[in-house]
Amino acid sequence: MKALIHWLGNTELSNFIKTVTWIIPGVQVVHILAISVVVASMGMLDLRLLGWAGRGHSIASFLSRFLPWLWGALLVLLLSGAILVIGEPERSLGNLVFQLKMALLLTAVCVTLGFRSLLLRDLAGGSSDLRPEHGGAARLVGGVSLCLWVGIVTAGRWIAYAG
Amino acid sequence: MITAWLEQLETTRIATAISESTWLFPTIETVHVLAITLVVGSITMVDLRLLGLSLRRRAIGELLDEVLPWTWASFTAAVASGSLLFASAATHYWGTAPFRAKMVLLALAGANMLVFHFAVQRRTPAAPGSEPGGAARISGGISLCLWIGIVGCGRWIGFV
Repeated sequence: MKALIHWLGNTELSNFIKTVTWIIPGVQVVHILAISVVVASMGMLDLRLLGWAGRGHSIASFLSRFLPWLWGALLVLLLSGAILVIGEPERSLGNLVFQLKMALLLTAVCVTLGFRSLLLRDLAGGSSDLRPEHGGAARLVGGVSLCLWVGIVTAGRWIAYAG
Repeated sequence: MITAWLEQLETTRIATAISESTWLFPTIETVHVLAITLVVGSITMVDLRLLGLSLRRRAIGELLDEVLPWTWASFTAAVASGSLLFASAATHYWGTAPFRAKMVLLALAGANMLVFHFAVQRRTPAAPGSEPGGAARISGGISLCLWIGIVGCGRWIGFV
């Protein structure tokens, strides 16, 4: 990891990002705007899964409405995040809080994909929405996902202070 | 007069506690960022609907009823946490360009919202799938730009 940080920090791209003073703040703004899109769309989806909002609409309709926003915003987050990591590898890759954030992110993506495949299986089996017996799983996924995203944003801000 | 008041604010017990503690500022800042993601994310949903770019099958009024309570709750949290952060170094923040720009943009976003609420919304077709009018599109576009600017200025404050 140390070798990777050293190599990345000495690439031409890294030096370029460091010397142009507005790149890092500018990219951070893009990063925050994209995380807003993720938090709002996953918040809506998770509240529906918990049964706290939008109960008049099917779970399938919520997933098809908000998941495209999640994937689109995640792409922006990965690209802007990559620029920040290349610009300051020692501040991120070697930081425990950053590593925790990546682990939480991976978990959140796996939980979402797992729930999506459960729903798709129910739909393929002829059900019009998630089967009622999977309601407990939906509530669990909603709660876990909500906690994970709060944790991801929190860890993101704390990279600057801890680790 | 303002300077005297800001100096007084800065020396309150709560302000000195925040500026002297190592963990209070980052913790309140984390709440501030979480609240802002909810404010900006939920407003973006409304703005994109007004621009006719998403959620077109949903009636605008229904979407506003569903989303705005969350927007206001998170805006309250953002103002409360932001005020605490401001108090910890009030005279410093007051003197910086991005802080002032952010406050101006916030006031403009508020004005834009009032114009939308009292003048535009009643002329906006309510039925699901209806195309928003020109005025509604302009409201949505202005709001989106202002909030991007507010986030930008907010981040910029930390670099001055």
